[in-house]
Amino acid sequence: MIAYILRRLFQSIVVMLVVGLVSFSLFRYVGDPVATMMGQEASVADRAELRERLGLDDPFFVQFANYLGRAASGNFGISYRLQQPVMELILSRLPATLELAFVSGILAFVVGVSFGVYTALNRSGMLSSSIMTLSLIGVSLPTFLIGILLIWLFAVELRWLPSFGRGETVRLGYWTTGFLTPSGRASLILPAITLGLYQMTLIMRLVRAEMLEVLRSDYIKFARARGLSNRAIHFGHALKNTMVPVVTIAGLQLGSIIAFAIITETVFQWPGVGALFINSVQFVDIPVMAAYLMLIALIFVVINLVVDLLYYAIDPRLRIEQSGARH
Amino acid sequence: MNRFARIWDSDVAWSFRHSPVAMAAAFMALLIVLAAALAPLIAPYDPFNPATLNLMDGFTPPMEPNMISGNVYWLGTDNQGRDIFSTILYGARISIFVGFSAVVFAMVLGIGLGLTAGWRGGWVDSALMRIADIQLSFPSILIALLIFGIARGLIPPSMREDLAIWVLIVSIGLADWVQFARVVRGATLVEKNKEYIQAARVIGVRPVRMVLGHILPNVMGPVLVIATISLALAIIAEATLSFLGVGVPPTQPSLGTLIRIGQGFLFSGEWWILLFPSITLLALALSVNLLGDWLRDALNPKLR
Repeated sequence: MIAYILRRLFQSIVVMLVVGLVSFSLFRYVGDPVATMMGQEASVADRAELRERLGLDDPFFVQFANYLGRAASGNFGISYRLQQPVMELILSRLPATLELAFVSGILAFVVGVSFGVYTALNRSGMLSSSIMTLSLIGVSLPTFLIGILLIWLFAVELRWLPSFGRGETVRLGYWTTGFLTPSGRASLILPAITLGLYQMTLIMRLVRAEMLEVLRSDYIKFARARGLSNRAIHFGHALKNTMVPVVTIAGLQLGSIIAFAIITETVFQWPGVGALFINSVQFVDIPVMAAYLMLIALIFVVINLVVDLLYYAIDPRLRIEQSGARH
Repeated sequence: MNRFARIWDSDVAWSFRHSPVAMAAAFMALLIVLAAALAPLIAPYDPFNPATLNLMDGFTPPMEPNMISGNVYWLGTDNQGRDIFSTILYGARISIFVGFSAVVFAMVLGIGLGLTAGWRGGWVDSALMRIADIQLSFPSILIALLIFGIARGLIPPSMREDLAIWVLIVSIGLADWVQFARVVRGATLVEKNKEYIQAARVIGVRPVRMVLGHILPNVMGPVLVIATISLALAIIAEATLSFLGVGVPPTQPSLGTLIRIGQGFLFSGEWWILLFPSITLLALALSVNLLGDWLRDALNPKLR
């Protein structure tokens, strides 16, 4: 177990180092930092002096180590476009993205699991087949079209919900939240549905497939033979065993939700880190791109690590396979 | 029996003739691809020629005469007086070109690396597959965005517009090679231990010829399935990037760019600027997707 954790931890560190290297090369070698900072009129001596002062003449590994050290302490430099510290920019926009991702994740999980269980238990019902057909369309629709469709229906035609922004937010220390105001909650609905829809269909199809598989197994037949109620069989025995892979996949999808927020944030003009990143790509704002790259990689690596370790802890079969493979 | 008859009698063709969904999807995809390919011949107007544009014609609703000039456009015009039907034809042309090229790029790269990994084994294999695993744990649209951003930074500003389409193709292709590499590697591992390869080895066939001439044809089935499904994904990825404003340059609008323009008029009531490009994109992505699904089932002997 300890060997496995160490190996997984080592892999994660390697991934972060590689991403750090990409991020550093981007920062250091895309464009000349000295030219960007000094402008046209600076003399050669001034340039050399700045180069010296910034440590740009140091050996590659010294520069890389310094970069990683500064990144670890949250210093990613200053945005070319907005002239503000990158970390400040990201931190001020992170709450918007995390709140959106959190709500869509919960929505996708709750609705996905309920629909999945329902369609597995009522395979031939009218409602089941319409849910399945809708989910097929949901998978083939690009995210941004779903967002536009929802805006057209609920904001333009029905005028029920706002179509852009976060509404009013409340400041709680470093965190700004939209949960506490009516307009903040209303603004959250459409983006959360747009962002969660794909994951919802994914979880639904997974739950349905796993549930059908489990319902065919011997221990369910045995439970029926013992005369247990349908309710106890479906929810106490079948659903419980379905949930192991579902929780894993759902956990891994959390990272995707944060990444796909880029698209949703653009459609709904949501002031999160995804929209910041898209702007930085448009204007080639390298420090922001480099920092976003590190941030998103860190989120993915941590999620993958936690899910892997949890999976290992939950499912005893995996441990046997691991030790079996070594013999 | 001539070649055509042999193809007509094959299993795949039989499955195609007995699947109305596949035939409808193929018809739809073919229709859009043909219309896009022949855009300069079909399109009633040239939307990129400023000489033929008239701002007076702007915002003409579909099938209604314009209030000032009296011109009628099938699908209406956008804010600059461009005929929507013509811009869709040219837009689909760019979308299909980018999607197709990206898939070909990903396929060549993926097949090459997959064959190398499977044939060589050892550290080459584990290094390539580790990279593939890492890349697979990130969503491909994010990878494409990052590569696109990095490439934009590397290219001098004066050349960015001209190279944008090629950068886009490479970004989407690089984000998509993993699927091909994994499948080809798996199939290569199976094929390379079969008797015909051992026989080829005994008679002294050179490795390059063995891999390209004997193993490659035997792994092409699953590759074709992945290529078809990837094509739908690549078209959507291109549309998404262009919609986000980081894809093709505004001078060469793809379907995604047209949708981005159309979204601006969602609130002012000019629905046709948004609706028709969206429907075209959907029809294209859906029909290619359905074709991919059908091909997967048709080539899967387990389902027969």
